[in-house]
Amino acid sequence: MGWILVTSATVILFLQNYPLYIRSVPTENELKFHYMVHTSLDVVDEKISAMGKALVDQRELYLGLLYPTEDYKVYGYVTNSKVKFVMVVDSSNTALRDNEIRSMFRKLHNSYTDVMCNPFYNPGDRIQSRAFDGMVTSMMIQVC
Amino acid sequence: MNWTLCFLSMLSTLVLGVSVPPGALDCWVFLSCLEVLQRIEGCCDRAQIDSNIAHTVGLWSYATEKLKSLGYLCGLVSEQGPNSEDLNRTVDLLAGLGAERPETANTAQSPYKKLKEALSSVEAFEKHYLDLSHATIEMYTSIGRIRSAKFVGKDLAEFYMRKKSPQKAEIYLQGALKNYLAEGWALPITHTRKQLAECQKHLGQIENYLQTSSLLASDRHLTGNEREYFCREILSFASQQAGSPGHKIVLPMHSFAQLRDLHFTPSNAVVHVGGVLSVEITVCSQMPVPVHAEQIAINVHFSIEKNNYRKTAEWLTKHKTANGIVSFPAETSPFPTSQNSLPALELCEMFERSPSDNSLHTTGIICKNVHVLLRKQESGASLEAPSGAALEAGAHVLKCTAVTLEPGPNAITFRTQAKEPGTYTLRQLCASVGPVWFVLPHIYPLVQYDVYSQEPQLHVEPLADSLLAGIPQKVKFTVTTGHYTVKNGDSLQLSNVEAMLILGHEENRAVIYSNMREKASDAALRVQSSDKVTSISLPAAPAYHVIEFELEVLSLPSAPATGGESTVLGMTEPHGKHKDTQKGGHCMATMDHKVSIDCPWSIYSTVISLTFSMPFRTTHSLLSSGTRKYVQVCVQNLSELDFQLSDSHLVDTGDSTDLQLIPLNTESEQRIHSRQAVFFVWELKWTQEPPPSLHCRFSVGFSPASEERLSVSLKPYTYEFQVDNFLTLYSVRAEISPPPGTELCKTGSLCSLEVSITRLSDLSDADKDEALTEREDYFSTKLMYEVVDNSSNWAVCGKSSGVISMPVAARATHRVHMEVMPLFAGYLPLPDVRLFKYLPHHSAHSSQLDADSWIENDSLSVDKHVDDQLDSGSVQSRGSTRSVASSEHKGLPMPRLRALPPGQAFNASAGTQVLVIPSQDDHVLEVSVT
Repeated sequence: MGWILVTSATVILFLQNYPLYIRSVPTENELKFHYMVHTSLDVVDEKISAMGKALVDQRELYLGLLYPTEDYKVYGYVTNSKVKFVMVVDSSNTALRDNEIRSMFRKLHNSYTDVMCNPFYNPGDRIQSRAFDGMVTSMMIQVC
Repeated sequence: MNWTLCFLSMLSTLVLGVSVPPGALDCWVFLSCLEVLQRIEGCCDRAQIDSNIAHTVGLWSYATEKLKSLGYLCGLVSEQGPNSEDLNRTVDLLAGLGAERPETANTAQSPYKKLKEALSSVEAFEKHYLDLSHATIEMYTSIGRIRSAKFVGKDLAEFYMRKKSPQKAEIYLQGALKNYLAEGWALPITHTRKQLAECQKHLGQIENYLQTSSLLASDRHLTGNEREYFCREILSFASQQAGSPGHKIVLPMHSFAQLRDLHFTPSNAVVHVGGVLSVEITVCSQMPVPVHAEQIAINVHFSIEKNNYRKTAEWLTKHKTANGIVSFPAETSPFPTSQNSLPALELCEMFERSPSDNSLHTTGIICKNVHVLLRKQESGASLEAPSGAALEAGAHVLKCTAVTLEPGPNAITFRTQAKEPGTYTLRQLCASVGPVWFVLPHIYPLVQYDVYSQEPQLHVEPLADSLLAGIPQKVKFTVTTGHYTVKNGDSLQLSNVEAMLILGHEENRAVIYSNMREKASDAALRVQSSDKVTSISLPAAPAYHVIEFELEVLSLPSAPATGGESTVLGMTEPHGKHKDTQKGGHCMATMDHKVSIDCPWSIYSTVISLTFSMPFRTTHSLLSSGTRKYVQVCVQNLSELDFQLSDSHLVDTGDSTDLQLIPLNTESEQRIHSRQAVFFVWELKWTQEPPPSLHCRFSVGFSPASEERLSVSLKPYTYEFQVDNFLTLYSVRAEISPPPGTELCKTGSLCSLEVSITRLSDLSDADKDEALTEREDYFSTKLMYEVVDNSSNWAVCGKSSGVISMPVAARATHRVHMEVMPLFAGYLPLPDVRLFKYLPHHSAHSSQLDADSWIENDSLSVDKHVDDQLDSGSVQSRGSTRSVASSEHKGLPMPRLRALPPGQAFNASAGTQVLVIPSQDDHVLEVSVT
């Protein structure tokens, strides 16, 4: 039940559709990303509910491309505990194929797991972890 | 298949790198979208289309978006309509479209025609745009993509705002805002709220506008200037409306300011009636600029507490909270992160023990804030709704006027004077800025303060663990004034007890403490005594204060009466009564004095009881040396104090004048240390026939050794006792002589014991009893002697006891010979020789008559010879009857024995020893004593 997002640009992590972590690199257009990611949740929810019928062990965490716009592609990922990760990347960045996106999500997921393992972290709070920030930053630099 | 996805992916790749005039691409995309959609509609039936909305709705949305941007570009969305530049651009775009392709030219509703029409006039654009938007919203809603629908709705609202029809825009903005709030998206919330504020301003919804403004003014995501703008909006509204009273606008407090903590003075939040309570609250202002509030008020709910114990002074002093600070959780953080992060559970353990045996029979966990948790879940959706911030009009309000709230934390202090006793619960906090009222509808966690009223009370308690009789002792008086104000001239009236004096000093001072045990003042205390009443005039003290003072009291010393058959010989006190609690000989005798005190605040008297302990225990004994008599008095100090004893006296209270008591005590002053004893001895001399019993009173002055000077003269300690039958009648002398022919006694060899009993006086009153027989002028009495050796040094061979008839005449002597055998070598003390009166048996009727005297004598004999009775089995084994036995077997002709009083028989050979040498042969001698 949660969320993250990235673009070339933005990473957001959500829990129950409210953001746990938002980070976007071109900060001037943040509001636009927020609206974009928010609407993308509709698609994520749809995909999750469609996936719910599949067997649990065959479940793919990576949701793939959620929807494209003219300039950006929005990808989604959902953990078994329903934490949603959304990543928005620049469509012009052709270097990023499905596999790269998938491995980025996996990295995010591992990092998120580390955050959750912190006994001082209250599940549901906004993530304010330097390690997590660092990981996201390095991932964004790599993407840009 | 997902048309939208396919199409858009294709599009995004195509569009790249092509440079076209502004709007041309939008036109092209719009047309393409509609063409695709039309084709799909053309080849599928209705049902298929409906089931595939999810795949096509993206195209609708895309087309709507493009049309919108074209509209903005061509000036079709403004109120005034397009200007010339816009018209030029429109003409360029329409020209760029070229001619419609022939295959669609004949259809009435081709995408080409639609676009052309839409761009040609403001009204047509509005119609087409609204059609598209509504269709898109409907589709999104039907497949459950609420967020997308709201997003399109927001665009629509923006359009309406441009068209100056805010009433239509509002519903879309509210819908979108609700959605963002529910999911906690800070930036979209701020953005949408800004739009909403504008909309509400246009609509003239003052209350809503002010509320939104206050939310925006406290929004950290806005720049300082924007926040200030919204804040000024509120302030300027407030100042405009200041002239028209009566109209209030109630807004929730949380966006304006947040209650951080609350602090009571006194910190336990308990105050007496008439006392001053101050409440200091810390309010964190969310406004970017200082705001001047005319009034900040806390509504208080008053209820009468049933359990009044909580309100007493004892509770007040015992239950002090750590610091009296109540902290409030930072409720809605600046941006609403999530409504799902519920407040932490407040759990507490509960144990219930059964009242009878204190065993645990129920245990559990209580969730204290369950109402908060449950409420949150139910009404999670209606966060933005003006939550029933109804202004409560209570009778009790704490107010603070003219407060300027700076941005950030502000401390505000409320002062109130407590009036009615009860519990006051703080309910609402509200701040008024002109007609605008910011209200915090519920203060949670619950904050209460208590007002109590207390009856005046008087406590009297000794300063030390126990009060000692005979010396001045300090007693502390504590007057808790409660609601009573002690005036000048109020006094405590103590009824005097004869045996207890209240000593008034000049330097007596009373200290007045405030309710919080802080010393307020002190004043002199006047103590006036008359015959019956001691009056203590209290210093004036305000209500809810404590007056403390110490008084010295002196209880007259008196010993519990002892000696002989005497009953109460000590002084009789009207209120005091003796409690002789001598257990194990080390407890002090105590006596209680009850004093009734009349207090000015009550018509009833307070009766207090003070228990005094006698520091001394006294015993007496009679010592004889032949016919000379001595009285010994032993004074034991049982207390922890040292005393100085002086002026010991022993006087005969009887009327015999010829009796003389000559003190043998050398020192007139003696110190008696704690837990020690001092003995006093007097020789008793007489010239004429002395009385059979002697009544004496012993008195000794005493004072605490530590104190140099006492202001009062202390009464001496007195002890009265009685000595009976003190004249020596018989002298018993025992002598052991070695066997004939030897010089010394040897172990194992028989020696002769000669006991001589000598009568020392002629017939006296003491002899007149049943044992006396008279034959002509010749009187004789029957005595029984008994030789007992308790230390088993001697074996008495043969008869060890016998009855003799003793002539009652001076110097009459009776000798008895016996054989004894020493069992050990060395200087051996002589065996004991005891004398008893041998009383003939009673006839059946006379035994009944004499029963009283028997009991009396019996108790005496038992007292004096308790040890012997236990040890000398031989006496009883021989069947010679004891008085007890005889009284048990009434009617049987059994003689009885009575021990002679210790004064009557004098053992002349007490303490003498005989040298016994060991026998030469080493045989072990076994002797059985029967």
